[in-house]
Amino acid sequence: MNLHSRKTSGLDLEQLRNRLAGETGARYWRSLDELAETEEFQEFLHREFPRAASEWADGPSRRTFLKLMGASLALAGVGISGCSQEGSVEKIVPYVRMPEEIVPGKPLKYATAITLGGFATGVVVESHEGRPTMLEGNDKHPDSLGAINPYVQASLLGLYDPDRSQVVTRAAGLSRGISTYDMFVTAAVKALDAQRPKKGAGLRILTETVTSPSLGRLLNILLAEFPEAQWHQYEPAGGNAARLGAQLAFGQDVATRYHFDKADVILALDADFLSRGPGHLRYAREFGTRREPPAMNRLYVVESTPTITGGMADHRLPLPARRIEDFARALAQAVGVKVEGTVAGQGSWLAPLARDLQAHKGACLVVAGEAQPPAVHALAHALNQALGNVGTTVEYTAPVEEKPVDQQESLATLAKAIEGGKVEALLVLGGNPVYNAPADMDFANYLGRIPFTVHLSPYEDETSYACLWHVPAAHELEAWGDALASDGTATIQQPLIAPLYGSHSALEVLAALLRHPSRSGYEIVRDTWRQRKSDGDFETFWRTALHDGVVAGTALPAKDVKLKDDLAFAPPKSAGDGLELTFPVDPTIGDGRAANNGWLQELPKPITKLAWGNAVLISPKTAARLRVGSEDVVVIRSQGREAEAPVWVLPGQPDDSITLTLGHGRTRAGRVGNRVGANAYNLRRSDAPWFATGVELVPKGRTQTVPCTQNHRPVEKTRQEHRDDLIEGDYAHKREIFRFATLADFIKDPHFAHEHKHEEKPGEAETMYNDNFPYNGHAWGMTVNLNTCIGCNSCVIACQAENNIPVVGAEQVVLGREMHWIDLDRYYHGNLDNPDTYFQPRFCMHCENAPCELVCPVAATVHDAEGLNNMVYNRCVGTRYCSNNCPYKVRHFNFLQFADQTTPSLKLLNNPNVTVRARGVMEKCTYCVQRINAARYAAEEKGQPIKDGDIVMACQAACPTQAIVFGDINDKGSRVSKAKADPRNYGMLAELNTKPRTTYLAKLRNPNPEIAEPEGAA
Amino acid sequence: MATDQPERVQEPVLAPGHTFASVTDKISALVLERPYNWRWFAGFTIGFVLVMMLLTAITYLLLKGVGIWGINIPVGWGFAIVNFVWWIGIGHAGTLISAILLLLKQEWRTSINRFAEAMTLFAVACAGMFPLLHMGRPWFFYWLAPYPNTMALWPQWRSPLVWDVFAVSTYATVSLLFWFVGLIPDLATLRDRARHPFARIVYGILAMGWRGSAVHWHRYRTAYLLLAGLATPLVVSVHTVVSFDFTIGIVPGWHSTIFPPYFVAGAIYSGFAMVLTLAIPLRKAFKLEDMITMHHLENMAKVLLATGLIVTYGYVMETFTSWYSASTFEEFMINNRMFGPYAHTYWMLILCNCVTVQILWSSRARSSVPVLFVVSIIVNIGMWLERYVIVITSLHRDFVPAAWGMYHGTFWDYATYFGSIGLFMALLFLFIRFLPVISITEMRELVAETQEREEAREAMTQGTAP
Repeated sequence: MNLHSRKTSGLDLEQLRNRLAGETGARYWRSLDELAETEEFQEFLHREFPRAASEWADGPSRRTFLKLMGASLALAGVGISGCSQEGSVEKIVPYVRMPEEIVPGKPLKYATAITLGGFATGVVVESHEGRPTMLEGNDKHPDSLGAINPYVQASLLGLYDPDRSQVVTRAAGLSRGISTYDMFVTAAVKALDAQRPKKGAGLRILTETVTSPSLGRLLNILLAEFPEAQWHQYEPAGGNAARLGAQLAFGQDVATRYHFDKADVILALDADFLSRGPGHLRYAREFGTRREPPAMNRLYVVESTPTITGGMADHRLPLPARRIEDFARALAQAVGVKVEGTVAGQGSWLAPLARDLQAHKGACLVVAGEAQPPAVHALAHALNQALGNVGTTVEYTAPVEEKPVDQQESLATLAKAIEGGKVEALLVLGGNPVYNAPADMDFANYLGRIPFTVHLSPYEDETSYACLWHVPAAHELEAWGDALASDGTATIQQPLIAPLYGSHSALEVLAALLRHPSRSGYEIVRDTWRQRKSDGDFETFWRTALHDGVVAGTALPAKDVKLKDDLAFAPPKSAGDGLELTFPVDPTIGDGRAANNGWLQELPKPITKLAWGNAVLISPKTAARLRVGSEDVVVIRSQGREAEAPVWVLPGQPDDSITLTLGHGRTRAGRVGNRVGANAYNLRRSDAPWFATGVELVPKGRTQTVPCTQNHRPVEKTRQEHRDDLIEGDYAHKREIFRFATLADFIKDPHFAHEHKHEEKPGEAETMYNDNFPYNGHAWGMTVNLNTCIGCNSCVIACQAENNIPVVGAEQVVLGREMHWIDLDRYYHGNLDNPDTYFQPRFCMHCENAPCELVCPVAATVHDAEGLNNMVYNRCVGTRYCSNNCPYKVRHFNFLQFADQTTPSLKLLNNPNVTVRARGVMEKCTYCVQRINAARYAAEEKGQPIKDGDIVMACQAACPTQAIVFGDINDKGSRVSKAKADPRNYGMLAELNTKPRTTYLAKLRNPNPEIAEPEGAA
Repeated sequence: MATDQPERVQEPVLAPGHTFASVTDKISALVLERPYNWRWFAGFTIGFVLVMMLLTAITYLLLKGVGIWGINIPVGWGFAIVNFVWWIGIGHAGTLISAILLLLKQEWRTSINRFAEAMTLFAVACAGMFPLLHMGRPWFFYWLAPYPNTMALWPQWRSPLVWDVFAVSTYATVSLLFWFVGLIPDLATLRDRARHPFARIVYGILAMGWRGSAVHWHRYRTAYLLLAGLATPLVVSVHTVVSFDFTIGIVPGWHSTIFPPYFVAGAIYSGFAMVLTLAIPLRKAFKLEDMITMHHLENMAKVLLATGLIVTYGYVMETFTSWYSASTFEEFMINNRMFGPYAHTYWMLILCNCVTVQILWSSRARSSVPVLFVVSIIVNIGMWLERYVIVITSLHRDFVPAAWGMYHGTFWDYATYFGSIGLFMALLFLFIRFLPVISITEMRELVAETQEREEAREAMTQGTAP
């Protein structure tokens, strides 16, 4: 505000200020009154605040007047100290002298980590004037390598979620009353004091998986003070089966680390290693590096629910979850692992698979998934051992967790203790057991029996309502902390913003319970690391660790472990018959804690393309047998419990096995997540954590619309409906929108992607408009390698975060109005029961001959000299002609006011460099034009040209397999130019002469020549 | 049709026995003498209620945005554009009848031209509303016009939507002028005959000082013929430009060179159907059978048949070219139209526009008023479906299979559509009530011509006598 220079005739502000400068103390206030009497001032007021001034003239109250004065004088730079809302006296400092490092408009970046299931993913946070607006992967972090997954990215929205709990509450009768943190601490300390004489015999602590050294340290201090107290851990979808499998195989807790970059042949047993579990971003990167010819790996997947890992498979076998153990046993027997009992033959490609694995001893890999019982994990260990993979593709380390336990067992022990009345005080630090504990443990009831319960949680959720106290937990971007990656590498988490609602981290709560209420997270974390780092200069260490986002040298060393000698693979108990129900973790919202995250709810699930909720996934054959079709509502009954959900017929789902993902059906998630989908936890028992057999499926005789982003076809609820999936794929293939070949065919004919009947583009003589613009400067372009695109959705959410893309809600998705600038298309090819799956991200192609530009009546979409197809939001009048005329259909329209422009906390989320679009305006991928311009300014400042790699698109940065490459196609040395020179490079619908700047590298598959698959395998 | 052919004796353009006075009395009485009857009230009430619904729908639309309609991505255009093209098509008959038939000296046009022109105006008003409403930010509609502005920006001239603005606004202006110029002598008649002073004043102002002098008549005829000459190319140009909205696009099903002639034929087809739909109840309700005779109806039926056949040819050629092009996209488009999820719409359209009209080959059908009424209604429906098929089935499955979708109109789509029909009805009823539905002047000329002809015939028959 620069009012000083403003000319105000009649009254000079300078004069006003001079008059004030002469006054001091009590006189000061009086002088304001006196000043107000002067004619000049009244005239000044009328000029400056005409509306308010008349208000003042109507009924001059001293209060109103002072308010006005405060505002005007603060603007004028008089610099009186204002009163903040909280009553404390804080100096308001004008932005005259720039704070160190903060340049308005220039974001700062900080390294920290976001945890998922206890494990850290390193991120670099972009902060604009103190508010984090974007997360990107930290390339120094072993579990990120620069990439990011949708969950971690979307945790940013979680920070600003207006539904986060904002205040400490305490149960008051049937409702809950507002309380304060201090009152909570007083009550908690009192409750703990009552435990002291009993050495804490009645004290229990329940956490989720803990890898944080600081949290572990504080918990151990607490346990030392209360030796009889118990620390329980429960994570509904943590790595419990892997933990138990390792126990079974080695007799000790070990963590398994894979090296997919060293594996020529990979077998995944119900393991979605590309998108689930600790380290999956690194695994995806390693997998991707080996996906390129000529040394291309080969992936076999046996799975009970189609996943993106199955989508990448060269050979995929859909098998009910209960039969995968048989498959593993048969395979083990085939490669020479001693297996007890007889093993039935499993499918046609088991023998060739066994030969393929044996031919690649030491360079193959068997991975078992979390949803498989420990025996399968043990079999995988034995297989890897027998195939000589240990030390090459598989490594074992000490466990990463602070205290590895059988979490299923741990929770059961807690439940038993509560039932026995032994628990008097329970601290639930994170987690939501009332919602996600096995259905046979009635945790809401259990919590009611304990006199003193505390729930520390970011939301006032199901568990909070069952507890005496609820304490709002700080977001990971608001608090100090630390966490480990899957290989043990530590990251110190630094806060990017002061807690929005005065929330506290688990560290601070524990410190308060240890009678250090004022101890900050910062001090706690520093103490932990001071203890760990006795050598060298601590400050240097600390600053380096914070700067890098990793603590160097903390990765766990490989460890030699031996299979137990008495390891015997007894035949499994009867696998059970009848219909099987599996409950994997939801591919977008995870185990349910992110249910209130609009980005994740609206993110189409990679295979089904469903958004906003879950559905009962069922194979076409089983659907026909049970006489149900997509969108028919059914009730699933399993051991006396039931859940109601619509059916979704899914090609590639194994017969006689249905799937309902976990994480939905929340009741106290918040406004976004409540009552979305069906709660599969209701059907999950502790003896069958991942699949149940003998379930019943009863049609309810009505239908329910399922929001789906690829099959917007609400009218055709026919039995044939699922065929449309294939039809789409067939057309995509026929139209050469998606091009693919086998590795063998590619080697024979590297130019296969161009041998098609369409002409690539008309010859120069055939077009009337030869006004080819030379593009002498930069010419931006992009390639997407379909061969390494795993369909993980990382790009979609990164783009949403970067470009302020709104969430539209389930109804709008049903209508076909989702706003994601990247449509991640999924095509099937082959037969209905086990089709090949293909992923293709589709965004604005930035055509040189853009059909959209021709038809816009107001020139709201125009080309620039670097080849960008720009969208001028301010000029757009919303005729939608451009979208109609876009052959790629990559434009998205604000049919209603989709962007939330009113919720205060969500305003903070927006990237200030990207316009928040209003209703009635078209939008689409801009090639992150704000990033191009930022790089341009930076280059100009330095006086150097923009170098290849200076500009990284949000989608490109997020991609775990680096499938997206962006750069200057005029620069022949750039990575994008090299990619475009690849014989597999092709333009989608290039025969329309659109000259797309975004092109694709055709997909390859590497099937085993020994396996003749039915029609469908590429 | 040659003009100098003798009129068929059994179907005259004007029932025998009319004199200058009787014609003037009868037509002006509709406005000045006859009391409001229940039929008028019933019709106007329906129109008025629908207009209220339209206003509600528009208010809600402006408050919320076009998202209240069923449009989506890929189907960015829905009912609004379908209705726009439909109404513009209906608006074609008026000018065609008035201008082209005037120039061709088809005297049978005389008794239907006035209300056909009025219908044109009201249809164009209804049509013009839709492109504005369908915009995401309708308050910036004027950005489509070339006007000097601080942004130094002009419209993007390559866009057919800009051409549309000019085509439709020109058409609306010329149609209005043509209609008003034709009205001036009649307004003077009403001024002279009105008893109520207020009516005298209003009609007097509108009559613009018409005194009926020879100079007036001379200038009137010149202006009228000039305007007819101006309007004639517009009949062809407007719908040609409207068809460019589609043909300029690259969407299979839109990108077609046959569209301009086929759209014009379709427009005349639907326009004449609408004239029939209106004329039949009108002549009945206001006992105008003497003036709008079977001769008129039959002629219009013939035009309907002819344009219906052209439209059918268009459908056949569209199918043929898509096969002949050997383009995957074109083939798929026609296949999807015929057998895809909107197949029922397509076949309904064929039934309405191509099959039903064949009944008009029979002269008995052409001379049956109920048959003509039913056929005209069916053609109106068929032409709406045609636009629906063109706009929606082409867009809903175009190039990229993963982007395919479905479209359905919502309550607000229907409310706006029926509301526009209500607006049309309400305007038409007001027109019937306050202006002469048939041109008194031209009817008088017709009387004169008929009398002259009678006299000539008599002279011929009595020619042998001295």
